[in-house]
Amino acid sequence: MKLTLHVWRQNSPTDAGRFESYTAADISEDMSFLEMLDQVNEQLIADGIEPIQFEHDCREGICGSCGVMIDGRAHGPQRGTATCQLHMRQYSDGDEITIEPWRAAGFPVIKDLVVDRSAFDRIIESGGYVSVPTGAAPDANLIPVPKETADRAMDAATCIGCGACVAACPNGAAQLFTAAKVSQLNMLPQGRPEKLERVANMVDTMEQFFGSCTNVRECEASCPKEISIDFIAMMNRDYLRSRFSSNGA
Amino acid sequence: MASNMSTVTLGSELDGQVPSGDIESLWDQHQFDMKLVNPANKRKFEIIMIGTGLAGASAAATLGELGYHVTVFTFHDSPRRAHSISAQGGINAAKNYQNDGDSVFRLFYDTVKGGDYRSREANVYRLAQASLSIIDQAVAQGVPFAREYGGLLDNRSFGGAQVSRTFYARGQTGQQLLLGAYQAMARQVDAGTVTLHNRVEMLDLVVVDGRAVGVVVRDLLTGEITSHSAHAVVLATGGYSNAFYLSTNAMKCNATAIWRAYRKGAYLANPCFTQIHPTAIPASEDFQSKLTLMSESLRNDGRIWVPEEPHDDRSPRDIDDSERDYFLERRYPAFGNLVPRDVASRNAKERVDSGHGVGRKHNGVYLDFADAIDRLGTDAITEKYGNLFEMYERITGENPYAVPMRIYPAPHYTMGGLWVDYHLMSNLPGLFVIGEANFSDHGANRLGASALMQGLADGYFVLPYTIGNYLSPLLGQAPVDTGHDAFKQAEKTVRERIDQLLSIGGTRTVDWFHRELGKILWDYCGMGRNREGLEKALSEIPALRAEFEADVRVLGDDASLNESLEKAGRVEDFFELAELMCIDALDRDESCGAHFREEHQTAEGEALRNDEDYSYVAAWEHNDAGGPPTLHKEPLEFEYVALSQRSYK
Repeated sequence: MKLTLHVWRQNSPTDAGRFESYTAADISEDMSFLEMLDQVNEQLIADGIEPIQFEHDCREGICGSCGVMIDGRAHGPQRGTATCQLHMRQYSDGDEITIEPWRAAGFPVIKDLVVDRSAFDRIIESGGYVSVPTGAAPDANLIPVPKETADRAMDAATCIGCGACVAACPNGAAQLFTAAKVSQLNMLPQGRPEKLERVANMVDTMEQFFGSCTNVRECEASCPKEISIDFIAMMNRDYLRSRFSSNGA
Repeated sequence: MASNMSTVTLGSELDGQVPSGDIESLWDQHQFDMKLVNPANKRKFEIIMIGTGLAGASAAATLGELGYHVTVFTFHDSPRRAHSISAQGGINAAKNYQNDGDSVFRLFYDTVKGGDYRSREANVYRLAQASLSIIDQAVAQGVPFAREYGGLLDNRSFGGAQVSRTFYARGQTGQQLLLGAYQAMARQVDAGTVTLHNRVEMLDLVVVDGRAVGVVVRDLLTGEITSHSAHAVVLATGGYSNAFYLSTNAMKCNATAIWRAYRKGAYLANPCFTQIHPTAIPASEDFQSKLTLMSESLRNDGRIWVPEEPHDDRSPRDIDDSERDYFLERRYPAFGNLVPRDVASRNAKERVDSGHGVGRKHNGVYLDFADAIDRLGTDAITEKYGNLFEMYERITGENPYAVPMRIYPAPHYTMGGLWVDYHLMSNLPGLFVIGEANFSDHGANRLGASALMQGLADGYFVLPYTIGNYLSPLLGQAPVDTGHDAFKQAEKTVRERIDQLLSIGGTRTVDWFHRELGKILWDYCGMGRNREGLEKALSEIPALRAEFEADVRVLGDDASLNESLEKAGRVEDFFELAELMCIDALDRDESCGAHFREEHQTAEGEALRNDEDYSYVAAWEHNDAGGPPTLHKEPLEFEYVALSQRSYK
């Protein structure tokens, strides 16, 4: 098939940026979206135009590197699917596709479709861990964890840190990302001792970079791992507790 | 012993520095014997860590906890992107929670045998011991492993093993373990013991008086080239399967760090030991950018078959059971679909080569879940493999609940890597290599669910001890100043190389060359190798490389993010590494594990080892003068696992 792409090009963080239109010819339906971009880039290079910079790595939907706004939707039209797992069989000959970087104040554009997501690292550094030095752990089966709890923690832990939740949110909020990690650790017996301090620190760090949640739920709808906003409720509950607890942070 | 290639010169014999003693108490005793650095002195030591996968992140976290100052570099935008994250199936540990006869010795035995007797026994035993602590550590970190209804940890069996010793977190075990290590490291970033540099790539190792003293790195956003010195440098930079172009590795995985270290004098061991994983989705067309793995755990419940009649293009559901060839079950009744990876891969290739391939391009075999769904129900299969089935359907457009998956082998893991001794230190003092980047524990073939185990064993439980033994005598010495000539020279070389790549202005893209290189390697140094093919590759690779150097086109500049430029340097290094892989494969005139020399096979088509002549590690030394590399051999002795022909029948 033959498609027309409108791609955001921006040379540097300070550059104003603009849309450029390119033709994507001979696109097979078996291609992934990123393979389609690879092919366009090969053509651009042949034409002497600098290729489009986009973030990608595992191309299996797990590393969280990729992610662009496709026709205004984070990761594109297919539910529960990261950009690298979106395949061109979702499109038809003659389609026009608009491709932009994540749009959020917390994610400044670096170049073209690449943004800076290092604020996510700052949130994790402020408490997204269990303080257990290497070698200090008891036997793994010492503390039974109900299967239901372990499964629920895993549902939260599947977050790939791609940032789609922030990009999709009209407020540029990072509640879903933060809540997924807070909930995973706070739910498990291993994470409980630090639970109030963790949630207080992570939420405070989050608020330095990102907007506020107003329950729009775009985050959940755009999450490639379909992480539930129930975890945001859990985080808010723990956060309130931390504010009213005498031994909280 | 001599080399069987006339162009190869033989160097001195290598010593793995394995302490003497009984294998069961060796590591415990050695931990006591090694020198310590007292807690107050640890902060006086600088350590550079390259890479933040399982090995790098776990090591950085642990070294930081101990009090060392660690400077970490990753070329990713976040340490959490490292390719360990893609590991699906699980991690082995000899916990024997299933009471099915597992033990440290059995895990050790299985790993040595699975590696076809080309690994160092003492390292493997230590690995099996460390496996126990890894699970404890990960659970304490909040890694949500799968559990039974009673709340205890669940296990499954995995290729190459007859016990259930694999711990898993759905099909995302690597992700969960990596995030555990990443979070432990993040805690140390917060504590100030670890300094993290994202989007910075190591482009050279600096060696002064034979010791590794630092690195030269490039900031991928600004192009700035800087030097960093330390008391020790640790490479945790993963494997080099991307030399094949199409592999299951992530797009950015590369060999540049280990290759630059090799060029600075570190020996590269067994580069031809590359693992071809049996269960990836077959390639569709030329535009394919990578191959996607389907976890090996699928072989627990899926049955592998091809139509008995060659070129049978009927739909798989129309082919009656009696017209199917379940070739692994037929040939290996004891292990069936769970034979080790190399055996499963070669058998699939043989079936496809003999005309039984399935799919539009006849380039796969079926992995069929119909029986498992009948036996266990759809829900149970979804519970175990749901995310893999979804991924398969997204990529192929086919529903694996209704029609069998199509799979085919793909380059996946490299057992070869920089040579290290028992302390995980290379022949260059001060240069440590951990995880997939070293050659150490898997011999000629890695068993499933053992990569995560090795990366974390090295990072959490081995390196933090052995590095202290190296650092202790250096107390009071400052790291070499980055104004030293060796740093300036390395910076200059890096700068010149980048300028050179940008100035060629040829007609073909980096990817084009990479794809062509991959075809040569896959055809001649892939699942089957022979003298004629390897010699052909050794004439084609330099020719292609010369073309690359004259005709590659890298657009853009050096002062902002430029992926083509990054990739051009990596591909250039792949060219040189590919040659060494072929030299090693040619020189090792035997079959063992994943290295299948077609000239050497049993009557049944199994790999035929030659223990008399090849029971050694082949460690290659770069020749600065540009001539062929020098071969150093580390003899391997097997005291605890008797050498035998592997049999999975």
